[in-house]
Amino acid sequence: MTEPSRARLTGYAAAQLLLGVVALVLFVLTVTGAALMVVWVGGLLLAISLPLTRLVADAHRHMAAGVLGLEVPRPYRPVPRHPWHALVAVARDPMSYRDLAWTVWACTFGWVVALICVLELLAVVTWPLWWWTLRPKMRARSQIDLWFLATSRTEKLEQRVQVLTETRADVVDTAAAELRRLERDLHDGPQARLVALSMSLGLAEQRLSQEGWAEDPEGARRLVSDARSTTSAAISDLRSVVRGIHPPVLADRGLAGAVQALALDMAVPVTVTAELDGRPPAPVESALYFAVAECLANVGKHAHAESATIVLTHDGGRVRVRVVDDGVGGAHVDAGTGMLGVRRRLAAFDGTMSVSSPSGGPTEITLEVPCDLSSPRTTPSSGPG
Amino acid sequence: MRLVLAEDHALLRAGMIQLLEANGFTILHAAVDAPSLDVALRDPAAQAAVVDVRLPPSQTDEGLRAAIAVREARPGFPVMVISQYVEHLYARELLASGEGAVGYLLKDRVSDVAEFVDGVRRVAAGGTVLDPEVVATIMARRREEPLDRLTPREREVLALMAEGRSNAAIAARLVVTDKAVAKHINSIFAKLDLGTAEDDHRRVRAVLTWLRA
Repeated sequence: MTEPSRARLTGYAAAQLLLGVVALVLFVLTVTGAALMVVWVGGLLLAISLPLTRLVADAHRHMAAGVLGLEVPRPYRPVPRHPWHALVAVARDPMSYRDLAWTVWACTFGWVVALICVLELLAVVTWPLWWWTLRPKMRARSQIDLWFLATSRTEKLEQRVQVLTETRADVVDTAAAELRRLERDLHDGPQARLVALSMSLGLAEQRLSQEGWAEDPEGARRLVSDARSTTSAAISDLRSVVRGIHPPVLADRGLAGAVQALALDMAVPVTVTAELDGRPPAPVESALYFAVAECLANVGKHAHAESATIVLTHDGGRVRVRVVDDGVGGAHVDAGTGMLGVRRRLAAFDGTMSVSSPSGGPTEITLEVPCDLSSPRTTPSSGPG
Repeated sequence: MRLVLAEDHALLRAGMIQLLEANGFTILHAAVDAPSLDVALRDPAAQAAVVDVRLPPSQTDEGLRAAIAVREARPGFPVMVISQYVEHLYARELLASGEGAVGYLLKDRVSDVAEFVDGVRRVAAGGTVLDPEVVATIMARRREEPLDRLTPREREVLALMAEGRSNAAIAARLVVTDKAVAKHINSIFAKLDLGTAEDDHRRVRAVLTWLRA
């Protein structure tokens, strides 16, 4: 990243001069609002001052990031839609207090630093001073801005630990639930069928060891035939259990091929476009596969769609899967356990799921997981679904 | 008939050999992995192949790839592909070349010996035999042109044709006369614009149209 020019730095300083005044006003508003919280006017004042403070702080984050050549993410916690809940969430966010402390700095010492930078340019004789000391002064001011406005390394680590603790708990729960489901599926399906099979065979054996079985070959044949159909049912049960653990087509063809296979089994036409130059790691593939399967199941069950599109891409170190249908919309993450499960499963890989589904459609679900692709493997091409 | 068999599982391989030989087939080569299958398929004496999808060394879809490859080298070479699971996607790839003489069945269909052996014979004779599970997923699809021109009854007949059933077997399944089945089939050929080619070939083309819709 190239360093900003002196003209741009002076421009920043001028902006900081103006915004310093705004910061002073916001500080007064916020403190007055907090003091008046017992009457409704206080809440109103805060509802105005807090979002504006964030805007001004964001502007300074942007400038400081430019001066120092850093990436400074917005450190705020998510804000709910409901205005009162939003106010409470903002009040609970530690960053709001640091913003407030920062407004004091921005309208006092910080403001003076910006003022000096601008005056040195305006007062012609001080140009050499401006030329040589502008950069260090603006860098120092930006450092102090960020000391207030950006989360420190320790805070970032704390937040990360928090996220990891939550996702780990989810992963452990999900894994335990999966094992329970597996045990139940095996117990109710193949195990029960094998017991029935051994009973059929036992009966046939008994029949054949009795005197005069040759007079009733039809009875023995029927028992063997029963045994055979029970075996088929047991194999079929095992097949569906295996599909639930790890679909063979995913192992064979990777994410793109397996999604294509899912699309082909849909009642409505689904077009799959895959632009992946390799395969994501196996656990990510599996999580994304089941996520797409869940999305498509919802398309089939609730969307009343005529068609759907799936696009798989990889850029900026993230695999992105978009599932779009032309159905009735109104899908919601919290509506079913399925989508919530998908979100949890992706969260284990720092992946995200976003749903846009206005009433009346269309529904667009975007799944993103940060990961690298392994080297490509050639697969036979297949036509659109 | 001289067959190439590819099955990596020793028990299943022995069972298949026993079953096929008891029904009048000769097992020319019994391959255990993809490289030995490639060698076996190069034998000009081989008349058809029965191939498991999952084979060593990578235990993925080697058998399927070998089946597609051999049909590129020897167009129309009859291959019956068997697998522990079936995918519509794979059926489509197998049939992509546009020729018949392809079978794709779940492995456990082998337990119905008479039907399985009949399936292998049909494939060897140029027919198309698809597993009822694949057929069921295709039946569940709502697709437009040209299949919406078919009546529900004609769709049923087409599904049974895809499973490789003869006219007599279709008639028995749907409890109608052979003549009624023949009428439905002619109507399907007409609606799918399959012209007046040889009957076997038109059957394959009808199934292909259906699979691709």
